[in-house]
Amino acid sequence: MLQIPLWKRVVIFGVVVFGLLYAMPNLFYDRVERHNDAVAAIEAQGATPEREADAALWPNWLPNGLVNLGLDLRGGAHLLAEVQVEDVYAERMNAYWPEIRDALRDERETVGTIRRQDAPAGELHIQISQPDGMARAMEVVRGLAQPVVSLTGVGSTDIEVAGDGDMLIVRLTDAEMAATDDRTIRQSLEIIRRRVDEVGTREPTIQRQGTDRILIQVPGIGSADELKSLIGTTAKLTFHPVVGRTSDSEEDPGARNVLLPSMEEEGVYYILEETSAVSGEELTDAQPTFNQQDGRPAVSFRFNPAGARKFCEYTSENVGALFAIVLDNEVISAPRINEAICGGSGIITGQFTVEESTELAVLLRAGALPAEMTFLEERTIGPELGADSIEAGRIASMVAFAAVLVFMALSYGWFGIIANIALLLNVGMIFGLLSLIGATLTLPGIAGIVLTIGMAVDANVLVFERIREELKTAKGPARAIELGYEKALSAILDANITTFITAAILFIMGSGPVRGFAVTLGLGILTSVFTAIFVTRAIIVIWFDRRRPKTIEV
Amino acid sequence: MRLRLVPEETHIDFFKARKVTFGASMILMVLSLVAWMVMGLNFGIDFRGGTTIRTQSVHAVDVGAYRDALQPLNLGDVAISEVFDPTFAEDHNVAMIRIQAQEGEESVTNETIQSVETALQGVDPDIQFTSVESVGPKVSAELIRTAVLAVGISLIAIMFYIWLRFEWQFSLGAVVALFHDVILTIGIFSVLQIRFDLATIAALLTIVGYSINDTVVIFDRVRENLIKYKTKPLQDVMNLSVNETLSRTVMTSGTTLIALIALLILGGDVIRGFVFAITWGVIVGTYSSVYVAKNIVLMLGTKRDWSKPSKTEGNQYANIDN
Repeated sequence: MLQIPLWKRVVIFGVVVFGLLYAMPNLFYDRVERHNDAVAAIEAQGATPEREADAALWPNWLPNGLVNLGLDLRGGAHLLAEVQVEDVYAERMNAYWPEIRDALRDERETVGTIRRQDAPAGELHIQISQPDGMARAMEVVRGLAQPVVSLTGVGSTDIEVAGDGDMLIVRLTDAEMAATDDRTIRQSLEIIRRRVDEVGTREPTIQRQGTDRILIQVPGIGSADELKSLIGTTAKLTFHPVVGRTSDSEEDPGARNVLLPSMEEEGVYYILEETSAVSGEELTDAQPTFNQQDGRPAVSFRFNPAGARKFCEYTSENVGALFAIVLDNEVISAPRINEAICGGSGIITGQFTVEESTELAVLLRAGALPAEMTFLEERTIGPELGADSIEAGRIASMVAFAAVLVFMALSYGWFGIIANIALLLNVGMIFGLLSLIGATLTLPGIAGIVLTIGMAVDANVLVFERIREELKTAKGPARAIELGYEKALSAILDANITTFITAAILFIMGSGPVRGFAVTLGLGILTSVFTAIFVTRAIIVIWFDRRRPKTIEV
Repeated sequence: MRLRLVPEETHIDFFKARKVTFGASMILMVLSLVAWMVMGLNFGIDFRGGTTIRTQSVHAVDVGAYRDALQPLNLGDVAISEVFDPTFAEDHNVAMIRIQAQEGEESVTNETIQSVETALQGVDPDIQFTSVESVGPKVSAELIRTAVLAVGISLIAIMFYIWLRFEWQFSLGAVVALFHDVILTIGIFSVLQIRFDLATIAALLTIVGYSINDTVVIFDRVRENLIKYKTKPLQDVMNLSVNETLSRTVMTSGTTLIALIALLILGGDVIRGFVFAITWGVIVGTYSSVYVAKNIVLMLGTKRDWSKPSKTEGNQYANIDN
């Protein structure tokens, strides 16, 4: 008859208790959050009395996982950036040029004189004066190719060489482009992470999306503007020899030179050599400071040994000449080299505000982004709006919950109350699971929980209705309860599996808040099926065992 | 004393007027499609790109003044609407400003947002910008594709599952019913011009999930009764099954609607569109489980011998007098 072995009872209630235990920290959200922050801070920076006090707010042996609040509830900024991976191709080809040039010069006998022509990004076009020597030229350049270092590109080389009349065309292979893209994104991710960490906001999400996109979510930041200027700046610092100065933005700078605007003076342009003398990659440190001559904000920097040597050599060879400090294609300043600078450090002066010099120092320390980024999507949610949403969600859930409890109790009496207990456990377990897997609760996620409250009773309703029917025909209440559970099972499973399919698809295809909804809906289905076919059943069986009622009313 | 929404035993003939109900469903579907074609949908920035700015102020919203302030900025199509909500206090005035995607820009630039904010601060110095969201045309195009794909895939997955567990007639009936629910929901969004965004797609999938839940429960009972009453006409078996599960249908829809209505009234304006879609879907989905899904199974007939499934035998159609 109605029996559930002891071990099964223990497992069932064990799972419930476990779920509730993990849900509990959420009832003391602020306290646990302060505890967690303090513990993390002590680990990272050592203990202070304040941190110790915060850490003591919550006992260490209790679970301390919290449901993460999504940006729409906590407030913060969300950015989706696309990295312009093609930028890097041009640089790769530029870096190849000197090597190819030297190799071809050694073959002057057969290929004649060589000349680099304008070409699309990622390609190198070289005109040779003796087209007969093309075969030899291609052979020489092919000899320079390197094997691609990546999992998918095994066996291929990084460049492919083609000849077209007197034009030698060198371009990156697809395998190399894929490997380069991957490297670019990884570097970008790392640098963005460093920059966001430098400003020290809590729990930022920085993750790769698809092949060339990066998703950045920073809770608690006031606006996407702030975040964008922090991570959107390439911060590429280079030092170039100055060729001339002009006020004509259309002027032709000449071969291998570039025309860049001045940051300080409107309408002034500098003609610079395209190849930089030293680049910001060779910086080891940068700090905001003040210029000792006029007291204006400035940024001091220090080179690594290789950079210091290069800078020393360059300045000692060019005493008296101008050199330009270029940041993201704008000339910050173009001072004269008065003497060789061999100390390995320097100072950048310009018309900075204190904030700008601080930000520039952060950017220089974190390193330059390998490529530019465009922002495809940005969302900023104010913390007040998030708090309003939480409040509205809380009130709505409580009202919904109370209404459903009353409705169930009125409809099914004692059995309704059992279903209500199951419903309470159910919501507790949803929160427990959310905390356990570190899922994020969003506003649609709250709606998912409310919807689950409504739908979770379904499985119990199916069983109770079935018991009612069986009571009419079956022999006694025990048999009716047993048959009720047995016969309702297939309907419960079929109905919930189909709903779970849609939740799973929502989770896979959705993003952000929608995904949060899919998570609560899916977890709600799991917990409601579990509570209906195990928990309420166990409660009913235990109750029935004790009372042995002759008749039951459902 | 028990609350009984449905009497203990019902003998309602659900299929008496099935031509009328099925016809009505089809007409509503056509009307929804016409509304969709003619009036279009009020797409949010998720799907059309652009920027929405949510403002909040202690002063009343003056849409006209806002519009005049933004006029000189030449931002193209700008829609300004005041947001009302029962949960707002007296000094809580909210407006939504939607700006079209700007030519040649992916997401909107800081300068554009700055200029809008400055212009509005000129009208109302106490104005706050509680949320600023901007989606570029590239992402919005992808979001549309993903959304259509998500709805499509879930319909196919469900069709497949039902076919596996029941018969192809049931599977077809269920999916037509789901189409019906989705199209009617799109229809109401078009007629009322409610904002249609990513959350609405999530709502559509939820409706699909809920409606299928309801349909499957009744199907399950039909299957059981088909085994029990081997010679009863299909229409009677269907009627019996719907009657037997009626109490459950009403209870479940009832509790779900109670919860949803609480959320609709008290949940705040941010998710109202989303909750509205689900509420509407629960009503439509409950209706379609009986009047669309079962009607189709009834029209197509189904095999009657469920005791020993045979692969070689063709389906035996029920002999129904129309």
